[in-house]
Amino acid sequence: MNKLESKQVNFYYGSSHALKDINLAIEANTVTALIGPSGCGKSTYLRLFNRMNDLISDTRLTGEVIIDGVNIYKKGINVDNLRKMTGMVFQKPNPFPKSIFENVAYGLRVNGITDKKFIEERVETTIKQVVLWDEVKDKLKKSAFELSGGQQQRLCIARAMAIQPSVILMDEPTSALDPISTSKVEELIHELKTKYTIVIVTHNMQQAARVSDHTAFFYLGELVEYGVTKQIFTNPNVERTQNYITGRFG
Amino acid sequence: MAIDENKITRSKKRNQSIAFCVFAVIGFLIVAILVTVLSFIVIKGIGVINWDFITKMPEDGMTKGGIYPAIIGTLCLVGGSMIFAFPIGVMAAICMNEYVKDGILKKIIKQMTNNLSGVPSIVFGLFGMALFVNKLGFGDSILAGSLTLGLLALPVVIRTTEEALKAVDDTFRHASLGLGATTWQTTRNVVLPIAFPNIITGLILSVGRVSGETAPILFTVAAYFLPKLPTSIFDQAMALPYHLYVLSTSGTNIEESRPIAYGTALVLIIIVLLTNILANILRKYFSKKVKMN
Ligand SMILES: Nc1ncnc2c1ncn2[C@@H]1O[C@H](COP(=O)(O)OP(=O)(O)O)[C@@H](O)[C@H]1O
Ligand SMILES: [Mg+2]
Repeated sequence: MNKLESKQVNFYYGSSHALKDINLAIEANTVTALIGPSGCGKSTYLRLFNRMNDLISDTRLTGEVIIDGVNIYKKGINVDNLRKMTGMVFQKPNPFPKSIFENVAYGLRVNGITDKKFIEERVETTIKQVVLWDEVKDKLKKSAFELSGGQQQRLCIARAMAIQPSVILMDEPTSALDPISTSKVEELIHELKTKYTIVIVTHNMQQAARVSDHTAFFYLGELVEYGVTKQIFTNPNVERTQNYITGRFG
Repeated sequence: MAIDENKITRSKKRNQSIAFCVFAVIGFLIVAILVTVLSFIVIKGIGVINWDFITKMPEDGMTKGGIYPAIIGTLCLVGGSMIFAFPIGVMAAICMNEYVKDGILKKIIKQMTNNLSGVPSIVFGLFGMALFVNKLGFGDSILAGSLTLGLLALPVVIRTTEEALKAVDDTFRHASLGLGATTWQTTRNVVLPIAFPNIITGLILSVGRVSGETAPILFTVAAYFLPKLPTSIFDQAMALPYHLYVLSTSGTNIEESRPIAYGTALVLIIIVLLTNILANILRKYFSKKVKMN
């Protein structure tokens, strides 16, 4: 069954039509890259899946956004609970003004978990999952701001994973990082795939080609082409996709 | 037609030096005015300032002695007004910035807050007299004066807190909400700690604004001459700005109390300056602390 799906989705900021008739189905445990020029609606599309667009006033959605077969915009959905099913990672590392430990524990605490032992174990396993443990195990009580940018971003990924969502949404997660940190995050994405369904927005074509199984090309609010990454990058069906990938515009 | 490169360069250079001169003169003027005012007060007032001046009661029809009760009165009023304005102002700003969605209601409230901060302070004084002194029966008292000053400070506190909250990047909110946190959990655990240094700065700046006001306390608390300290919030009190006003307009002997008037002005300026310095120190301290926690 498809993990994520959008059917005939249209999204409007006021009168501006940001997403046009988007139909897309994403399989579980795959990495899907969203590519396209700035302002084409990639972030807007990503934010549909944790209903972050709800926070922006004067917006409108038509169509269905589906996770695990359930339309998450139907009446009676508990948005706080829904958001726990997805973890989000942002363009700039944005750890909370707390200790390294508390950053990862945050999601557990706000969801009412108080068992100290449980929290400690979960924090440790999660930080190990993002391959950060050896670097921070001696300074868990220190401020997260003391870490390097790349470490902060891996910490933010850990923060998103600590409540064990099944989907991870990443909005240009490496665009503020140096090449070494970037490749660490990419390796991580590769490993996380076995457990999570990952959707990643990226401006970096090589990155999309390296990390993703499927690629969706957006242009001016439309989904121009969607398919297996290899095929999109070697033999796209639409000329515009070809032009974008080869850097002729965008 | 050939373009005369040299001519363009010359005219650019000339404009540049004219602009530089104008700004230099303006800059100099501003500094000069400030220095003149300050040094005028300092020179005239420094002579009377000593330990007795700030710890003794006024004597001989306020031509001798100190201004102790006025200093204490002002501190009480500033403290009292903040106890009132700070929690309400911060909560109002949180409500406006974190909860109310953009729309007509928000616009109206915003406009009202802005209008409120443009209302002349004497109007606040009259309002305070009508409501707190008479209607609620607090009489001329520290309570009535503090509430009136608090009202005056409220728009400043709301606005600076709102600015501080707005400066917090939305991705922090999204990251927290994305983990299933409620808006309140997000505000309390993430947004407020980040905004705190700037909120504190705003608070202290409004202290500076409040401590120099005369009109709002005129009809609500200020005593012409009261050579004892207040013992409860229902007592009247002296206050520095009003004391200064009295000394310079309606004292028993205006000429003789002139030096004391300048001394009072100097003390008032020092208090405001100290609060501003304190604001800076606290902001730096808390910015560091936010990063450490
Ligand atoms: N909060 C917002 N309010 C109004 N318009 C927005 C908002 N966010 C994005 N948009 C508009 O929606 C379009 C898609 O933006 P976005 O999803 O951020 O694109 P991308 O992530 O592909 O660069 C753009 O035209 C942008 O200007
Ligand atoms: Mg974007």
